[in-house]
Amino acid sequence: MFKKLASWDSIIILLTVLVLIVASVVVDNFGTSRNFTFMVLDLMPIILVALPMTFIIITGEIDLSVASVLGLTSSLMGWLWNHDMAIQTIIPLCIVIGAVAGALNGFLITGLGLPSLAVTIGTLALYRGLAFVVLGDSAVADFPFNFTGWVTGTLGDGSIPNVLIPIIAMAVVFGVILHATPVGRALYAIGANAQAAHFSGIRVARTKLWLYVVSGAVSGLVGVLWTLRYSSARADNGAGLELAVVAAVLLGGVSIFGGKGSLPGVLAGVVLLTALQNALRLEDVSGQALNIVTGALLVLSVLLPNIVTTVRGNWQRRRLRQSAAQ
Amino acid sequence: MTPLALQKPRKPTMNLLKTRELGILLALALLVLYTTINNPRFLSGQSIRDNLLNTAILAVMATGQAIVVITRNIDLSVGSVLGISAWTAATMMSDHQGLPMIVAILVGLAVGAVAGLLNGVLVRYGKVPALVVTLGTLYIYRGITYQWAGGSQVNADKLPAHFLNFANDSLLGIPWLVLIALLVVGGATLVMRNYRVGRELYAMGSSPQAAELAGIKVARNLLGAFVLSGALAGLAGVLFAARFGTVDASAGTGYELNVVAAVVVGGVAVFGGSGTVWGAGLGALLLTVISSALAVLDINQFWQQAIVGALIILAICADRLVAVRIARSLRKRDAHV
Repeated sequence: MFKKLASWDSIIILLTVLVLIVASVVVDNFGTSRNFTFMVLDLMPIILVALPMTFIIITGEIDLSVASVLGLTSSLMGWLWNHDMAIQTIIPLCIVIGAVAGALNGFLITGLGLPSLAVTIGTLALYRGLAFVVLGDSAVADFPFNFTGWVTGTLGDGSIPNVLIPIIAMAVVFGVILHATPVGRALYAIGANAQAAHFSGIRVARTKLWLYVVSGAVSGLVGVLWTLRYSSARADNGAGLELAVVAAVLLGGVSIFGGKGSLPGVLAGVVLLTALQNALRLEDVSGQALNIVTGALLVLSVLLPNIVTTVRGNWQRRRLRQSAAQ
Repeated sequence: MTPLALQKPRKPTMNLLKTRELGILLALALLVLYTTINNPRFLSGQSIRDNLLNTAILAVMATGQAIVVITRNIDLSVGSVLGISAWTAATMMSDHQGLPMIVAILVGLAVGAVAGLLNGVLVRYGKVPALVVTLGTLYIYRGITYQWAGGSQVNADKLPAHFLNFANDSLLGIPWLVLIALLVVGGATLVMRNYRVGRELYAMGSSPQAAELAGIKVARNLLGAFVLSGALAGLAGVLFAARFGTVDASAGTGYELNVVAAVVVGGVAVFGGSGTVWGAGLGALLLTVISSALAVLDINQFWQQAIVGALIILAICADRLVAVRIARSLRKRDAHV
């Protein structure tokens, strides 16, 4: 029980709750429903992309191309809309294109055995480049209001933003898969030791391939939502989001080496980052200053557990030595 | 194991590594040839000069990155280190107009070295993976620069003339910027190839555990690699400020991608232990020439990033092919023994 409480993801969940409470007491307008809506809209892209990213990092891989897939689908959405395609066709098409982009990542990584870090740095440049090829530096803005309005709108009386529904639904689905199904256990097994997982009958390559497909599809969906939220399709939409997502996932206690981490921790990590940013902005602190906090939290999220382990190890050794001396 | 058996495996590796850099040279030659046929001005003195000047900053950073990647680490903070160093140098030179260029360079190196030292200490003694550390310090160093600079910027008219001229002045017809880049790439290549510490860095990248067991001073070398990468990014910051004249807090944002791209395209494997510094320098040159060739060929500039991405993937596919072939040939030979 004590060990469980002391783990990083429970610390981060406590910290998140603490920040939310303190911010709503101390910061004016933080607790208003208007601000809540803005906060949910701000954390939407990070939290959605973080779900498949958590799975991928738990298997010991990484996907840095997510923000570029987002940009590519946003660009394509604008281009297709300009070419008079119906929005009902465009949206599923964009998600499929995202999945195809993810499948290419997955094929290069699992089919050819290339390192995921290098592959997705490559496709980060490739997909963002293609986004610019599609739309150049122009923007498409005239999306139908019933779609853009839904994304920024709220349910009924106006305190719950619409996008919270897909966010919660997807978080629950990913959470159940990770923590309550054989697939989820397989992901941890792959991350802990891919070879051992392979010999115990887990289809390692196929699982990883599917993870990249899902990651691409979700990034495509987020590209659509992003475009509708700002009602602006641009090639540079979401640039740099991959860093925020990876930071949030690691902050949530997922090990970059794979095999460790939990979805509640990740969700807390995302909420913590977004809430801090939101509160500091309300206090007129520049968003860039928050970069220092984000970066420091990211490093500390790995550093502190390491220090605790080292100290505990030393302490145990000393006790062993003492009992041996007796 | 006879000496002969020990000697044998080295030969194909050396040959293949040679072809790796030759491949980049070949691609470069073809690209230049094709572009020049389409537009002869591409090979004019001014165009070559521009290309080399544009390569210089990237090549300096790629040198440090290559060494870090060879040790099986990565330094994503270089763009932010460039930013903080460029801002430091620019504000210092605009406040103290009389300071000689060498002071700016030394200050840039020092700022970068401190930033790199922090990275190295966290990686080695904090046991935090380099990817996480440098992703964190990418944010931290950039945040510090923004805190310091706010929304302000240093313009060229506030900077002393000798500082700005440095980017255009030359020695024996070769611009200073290019000379510095050649010196850095050449020196690092030599050290990595022929000196003990260089070989130790390769050994660390091939197998970190074996290197430690073999008595290599892993901690010292690792810190050295990160300090060097930081210092070179700091130097690049000063060169950036001198070349562009206008500096704000966003200088060098996203450069880490170009630097890693240059290193990977140049044949340094992300799993460490192989590749050369001059290969990374060639990678930097290739990326720069591609972007200027696109402009000359009147191809949509927007294609540039997509081509860079495709090149990275092509490069790692090529590396994989070579690695598989080596593994197969080694296995075959072992089977005969």
